[in-house]
Amino acid sequence: MIGFIVRRIFQLLFLLLGISFIVFMSMHLAPGDPATIIGGPTATESDLEAIREDLGLNRPVLIQYVDYLKGVVKGDFGYSYQNSQPVSEAIASRFPNTIKLATASIIVAVIIGIIAGMISAMRQNSWLDVTSTTFALVGVSIPNFWLGTILILLFAVNLQWLPVSGLNNSIFSIDGLKELILPSITLGTSTAALIARMSRSSMLEVIKSDYIRTAKAKGVKNRTIIWVHALRNAMIPVVTVIGINFGALLGGTIITEQVFAINGIGRLMVDAIAARDFPVVQGTVLLVAAIFVIVNLIVDIVYAKIDPRITYE
Amino acid sequence: MPAEVMMEERKSGQSKKAGFLLDTTKNLLKNKLAVIGLIIIVIQVLMAVFAPLIASHPPNEQNVGAPFLGVFSEGHLLGTDNYGRDIWSRIVYGARISLIVGISTVGIGLIGGIALGLLAGYYKKLDAIIMRIVDLLFAFPGILLAMLIIAILGTSLVNVVIAISIWSIPGCARIVRGSVLSIKNQEYVLALRSIGAGNARILLKHILPNCIAPIIVFATTRMATAILSTAALSYLGLGAQPPTPEWGAMIAVGQNFMWDAPHMSIVPGIAIMLTVFAFNVVGDGLRDALDPNMNLN
Repeated sequence: MIGFIVRRIFQLLFLLLGISFIVFMSMHLAPGDPATIIGGPTATESDLEAIREDLGLNRPVLIQYVDYLKGVVKGDFGYSYQNSQPVSEAIASRFPNTIKLATASIIVAVIIGIIAGMISAMRQNSWLDVTSTTFALVGVSIPNFWLGTILILLFAVNLQWLPVSGLNNSIFSIDGLKELILPSITLGTSTAALIARMSRSSMLEVIKSDYIRTAKAKGVKNRTIIWVHALRNAMIPVVTVIGINFGALLGGTIITEQVFAINGIGRLMVDAIAARDFPVVQGTVLLVAAIFVIVNLIVDIVYAKIDPRITYE
Repeated sequence: MPAEVMMEERKSGQSKKAGFLLDTTKNLLKNKLAVIGLIIIVIQVLMAVFAPLIASHPPNEQNVGAPFLGVFSEGHLLGTDNYGRDIWSRIVYGARISLIVGISTVGIGLIGGIALGLLAGYYKKLDAIIMRIVDLLFAFPGILLAMLIIAILGTSLVNVVIAISIWSIPGCARIVRGSVLSIKNQEYVLALRSIGAGNARILLKHILPNCIAPIIVFATTRMATAILSTAALSYLGLGAQPPTPEWGAMIAVGQNFMWDAPHMSIVPGIAIMLTVFAFNVVGDGLRDALDPNMNLN
């Protein structure tokens, strides 16, 4: 197990290196001279040359990349073209909101998804099952930005129970929790739907297996069979689904932040793409991709932990 | 081998193929949800093809005198938007955009993905290189890879097509590679090699047709993702630009008038949801129809 983790961490480092290379090079391939973006329309050729010299843009690309990497390791992601703010500062100020949103959404998704899936499996073909499978089908097809809009319309505009936008209060306050409800449902719904589908089918499969029949024959209570014997085995594919969909969820934060005007990494990224502010795009993309691969590693480890049959040789 | 026997064999091969198609279609039509999905897709295709006949107005025709009309208004089935443009007509033309974007992204993604997957699965030396690149592309979660590509190319609908196409390649490559790996050591492939068939012939004529089932399922569910992602990118302002009648962009505009004209964002959302739902259920149905063992329920 430890050998596996060490090996995966090494792989992870190479992957991160590859990601940083792709992101850095793509920003270099992008048309447009950074100097003209910084200098503005009034800059003269000598001004532009000075900016290029200052940013080190005249040096070979590979050397620039190595310098960038050195900076990244120290937490220096360069400066925004738009307002000269350090990218690391911009990210640090937005990061907590994104983490809040992603965590709340995954909690919502796991709770709703597993409960819906389990109820479906235990009461197969009942009206509860039909409702839950329909929810799961609609949930994966619904555009989350639209769901967000509809939720705002219903709960913020018409009923006025919850705030329309923002994520400004501490999560330990009532207001902070209220702000989080609509965005996390918006973002968590599609993942909840996938988890529900997966837990249903995997629970149904487990319930039909021999050891469950033995437990029933021994006279073990139904509830104990489900929660003690079946759940752990049924959860293995569910963990994979959660892991695989964490990426989509991270991607989804970008969109959900836009819907609810939440100042997070996603909004920072979208604004930077529109303004062609490459250092910010570079920093945010790098960060999100890094989180994603690290979470995937954790999922793999959890996977091995809950199923002792899995070995990584 | 006498000519008649060869003809006979060829015929039985063809009838096998026809039988497979028939079986798949029959299985698919047994699935009620998939049939509903198919009907929605057919309606959408008709809307896209005959848009000028079905739409009641040109999609960008403004009528300053009649903005924010509600649904079922006279002459405007689904009402009008802030410029008095007919929402029904914009939805109809939007179907065209969605389908064109979906088909082209999935098409390009399939061509790239199949080529890479075949090469990686068949040639061991290429496998390591191609799959490392694919792994690297998989390290960008969800829509992020598409956004990175748009950051390079700039914001427009065409660039969204390019971005989502590239984003489709690694998934397809992985599926095709998996199929090739399981097929390439089967006896019939070894037999082909022993009678001297070339690699290209084996790959394209004998291995590729046997990978087709997972590719079809991938393509169908990928259509759903492509349509959803295009709408999302346009919603973010990175895709279709005004006044293009793109569904995601329509929701973004509608959001500004949520208080007075909620139908402006509700209607295009329902259009997206129905389309994505249709491709998802048809994809699920195809998966079950093509491989009965995969149906866990």
